[in-house]
Amino acid sequence: MKHLHALGLGAVTALGMTALSMLPASAAWEPTKPVEFIVPAGTGGGADQMARTLQGIIAKHDLMSTQLVVINKSGGAGGEGFLDVKSNKGNPHKIVITLSNLFTTPLATGIPFNWKDLTPVAMLALDEFILWVNAEAPYKTAQEYEAAIKAAPDGTFKMGGTGSKQEDQIITVAIEKALGKKMTYIPYKGGGEVAVQLVGNHINSSVNNPIEAVSQWRGDKVRPLCVFDSKTLPYTDKIQGDLSWSSVPTCKSAGLDVEYLMLRGIFMPPGVSQEQVDYFVNLFKKVRETPEWQQLMKDGAFNQTFMAGDEFKAWVEQSEKTHKGLMQEAGFIAGN
Amino acid sequence: MLDNFINLYHGFYIAGDPFNILLMVIGILLGVIIGVLPGLGGANGVAILLPLTFSMSPTSAIILLTCIYWGALFGGAITSVLFNIPGEPWSVATTFDGHPMARSGRAGEALTAAFTSSFVGAFFAIVMITMIAPLVAQFALQFGPAEKFAVYFLAFASFVGMSKEPPSKTIVSMMIGFALAAVGLDMVTGQLRLTFGITELLNGFDFLIAVIGLFGIGEILLTMEEGLEFRGKAAKIDPKVVWKTWKTLPRYWSTSLRSCIIGCWMGITPAGATPASFMAYGIAKRVSKNGKNFGNGEIEGVVAPETAAHAAGTAAMLPMLALGVPGSPTAAVLLGGLLIWGLQPGPMLFVEQAEFVWGLIASMYLGNIVGLILVLTTVPLFASILRIPFSIIAPVILVICAIGAYTVNNNVFDVLMMMVFGVLGYLLKKTNYPLAPLVLAIVLGDSAEEAFRQALLYSGGSLGVFFSNGLVSSIMAIGLIAGLWPVISFLISKLRGSSAQPA
Amino acid sequence: MEQAHGAGGTGPKQRAVEIGTALLTLLFGLIVIYGSYLVGVGWGSDGPQAGFFPFYVGLIIVGCSLINVVSGLREDENELFAEWGQLGQVLRVLIPATIYVLLVPFLGIYLPSVILIVVFMTWLGKYGLPLSLAVGFGVPAFFYITLERWFLIPLPKGPIEAMLGL
Repeated sequence: MKHLHALGLGAVTALGMTALSMLPASAAWEPTKPVEFIVPAGTGGGADQMARTLQGIIAKHDLMSTQLVVINKSGGAGGEGFLDVKSNKGNPHKIVITLSNLFTTPLATGIPFNWKDLTPVAMLALDEFILWVNAEAPYKTAQEYEAAIKAAPDGTFKMGGTGSKQEDQIITVAIEKALGKKMTYIPYKGGGEVAVQLVGNHINSSVNNPIEAVSQWRGDKVRPLCVFDSKTLPYTDKIQGDLSWSSVPTCKSAGLDVEYLMLRGIFMPPGVSQEQVDYFVNLFKKVRETPEWQQLMKDGAFNQTFMAGDEFKAWVEQSEKTHKGLMQEAGFIAGN
Repeated sequence: MLDNFINLYHGFYIAGDPFNILLMVIGILLGVIIGVLPGLGGANGVAILLPLTFSMSPTSAIILLTCIYWGALFGGAITSVLFNIPGEPWSVATTFDGHPMARSGRAGEALTAAFTSSFVGAFFAIVMITMIAPLVAQFALQFGPAEKFAVYFLAFASFVGMSKEPPSKTIVSMMIGFALAAVGLDMVTGQLRLTFGITELLNGFDFLIAVIGLFGIGEILLTMEEGLEFRGKAAKIDPKVVWKTWKTLPRYWSTSLRSCIIGCWMGITPAGATPASFMAYGIAKRVSKNGKNFGNGEIEGVVAPETAAHAAGTAAMLPMLALGVPGSPTAAVLLGGLLIWGLQPGPMLFVEQAEFVWGLIASMYLGNIVGLILVLTTVPLFASILRIPFSIIAPVILVICAIGAYTVNNNVFDVLMMMVFGVLGYLLKKTNYPLAPLVLAIVLGDSAEEAFRQALLYSGGSLGVFFSNGLVSSIMAIGLIAGLWPVISFLISKLRGSSAQPA
Repeated sequence: MEQAHGAGGTGPKQRAVEIGTALLTLLFGLIVIYGSYLVGVGWGSDGPQAGFFPFYVGLIIVGCSLINVVSGLREDENELFAEWGQLGQVLRVLIPATIYVLLVPFLGIYLPSVILIVVFMTWLGKYGLPLSLAVGFGVPAFFYITLERWFLIPLPKGPIEAMLGL
């Protein structure tokens, strides 16, 4: 019907131009077909959950004129997804959600892409990391756990994490450096699995994201020792007994000078116009105001920093440098 | 325990709401469609529909989504039986006997057996969830990497035994599977391997691509060689086929029970439905009187894997709810859904959200009954698809295979790979290489190697970790016995033979 | 040795195909060994390296392939793999199917599907054009509606779809 209307106006002759012609010349850019939302990770993980929540929120509140379609491209630690976006030069109907593998994958595997190959749109939030131990473990505080690691021989304590040479292992290496002791790092496929391995006492500690371990905490199966952020979390809802996210001290205050936050940001293919980027920045600004998004932030104890434009670009640049430094020290850079 | 039943009664009250029953019907139908399309799969189907459920109440939403899951479980069997194309990984073992049955004109029987067994498996698992959920959850916690490896080992050992093909061909076939499974990112070191810098290989070789090619395309090529005719064309459409098949099924109660137990166990541990189906098939083949006829259209060869796959698929829900660890990819997506609805799966879910949990469990009972009725009524319909002439159905199957291969990873390269696997499947089959070990190795190879190396990281490189406690030692021991069983039974029969002859 | 296929026809020998297949798996095994060697095949301080398992898998493939080559050489020289006529039949599916999958990356999945079904039905099935066109357009249309519209799964599309604005 749109076509008929447009043809009736006699504004266009080419069928492919119809949709564009629908917009008055002065109006901002809007998507004309479904937007592909690439998730460079498998179904069910943190990034996937966030992407699908976004999809649900956008559909429910009718924030976009076309549909948002989530597509998982997890091959090669997400490299597949990033390469796909990189190769879709100038395609405004494609966005990608990133996690730390935006930096770690090209460094660790040598897959040829860099964030500079993409167009930064916005930072949606930052994901926190917390040091967890089994609730039955004798360590009540981070200091006690640190002391135990320091007192034992190298490799006695086992740290579980998601993936290899990615954020969890980077944090582990940073902890090792801070304590001057080696730990045994055991990689698992997903954060949920790591949390359960911790409950089952197959590992001594984990650096799970809050959302991955919160249910085990509520059930008093695991205990948070400290959070790898510069300040304590602002969420004061009670979770276990009288404890809330805000009662978890920072690792720095507990004598463990390690800070790490994971980017949950949106990027577009290279060569898109500023107008198109602005459209998505505005879209995500609207998303942030919805109650569903607020709830997700609260459940996952996210750091709600929002950035776009040059500020975001500068942040990403800085973050890339940090990752490069950390991974170089840890010996995680691919040889080729 | 009594509390459980009271809770369950309330659950039925919630799930029995007409709106929820309607959702079940919709969910099952959507699920069957998703299951029929190879590559789409339960996990994708649920993930895709997840955002649409945000405006529903969590209970209604999960009823819809789990029913899609049941529907996909049911639907996976349909293409396996009719076209030798497993719609879902756990339906591969169903093709071994289901498709030969269809070719000999017994498609209706095979479908009825598959659907009924699915129902029995699922029902058994739900009853188990109702009775002993908390106990089982504790059991699942015992499984670290070493225990998981032991389970994979056992699944492998019990499936791969003596076959009529020469051993060197069986081994080559299996090892090709392992090699293909290794391609891509090595999870433990985070290194790429066997990709030779080709970006298309980053994702490795997905099991479904291989299966669609080896089985689906390979089958079309074989059919062409034997003339332009679908051998199942003679399939009679008999509305009474359901009753007739039902009369024969109670004979296989021991196979069913065994497969139920295997399925529940594999679902909880969480090894998942696919190894469960292979393991149940392998054991049934060894134990059954008709074991020699397996692979030629033995109904028991359909009952065993379907029962186990559904029991596992259903049992996989339990660790998801009780521990927050998904027992299957679909469960992983549902888990994400729970979080989005503000429900925290885990130890407290049963306490804090009793209404939700028991509503869900009740919906499992009702959903499976609704599902069984729905799919059984479609048996004559699906069986009649085989009457469509080959020159119409063949290109359509090719298109479905291509779409299926593409949707696994949204990658056109996979469509090409599917074709390569198709030719390979034709060639290997014609030269007497068994395909099943190859497929099993692709499925389990990756996970088994991962668990093996995680366990070694844990032990600091010592192999003793696989015999370090009662649980892991006993699973490994059973696995060793299962693996060596052909040799053992050979020796036993020889002993018996030599003692019988002089008498 | 049983004659699996009609004695009257001619065609490639089973023996040749057996040996060919074994050589193919042999080559595959060598590739795997080389690939494993690239990432390290040793046993590190904390367990096997990335290439450890694939390396031995490759070795076993090579070993068993050699056995298969030898046993292939000992096969009956006269047994047929398939008659030329039968192989011709296979090629009549294989060639269109191969062209089909090669077209997909460039033209998307819809147009090649239409062409495949129509060609297959008219050429091999000897059906009339109206029925062939109906099935040829109907099946892709069905998938377009169910997958792209209902399930929101984008399938590969080419320039034609872009022109239509789909």
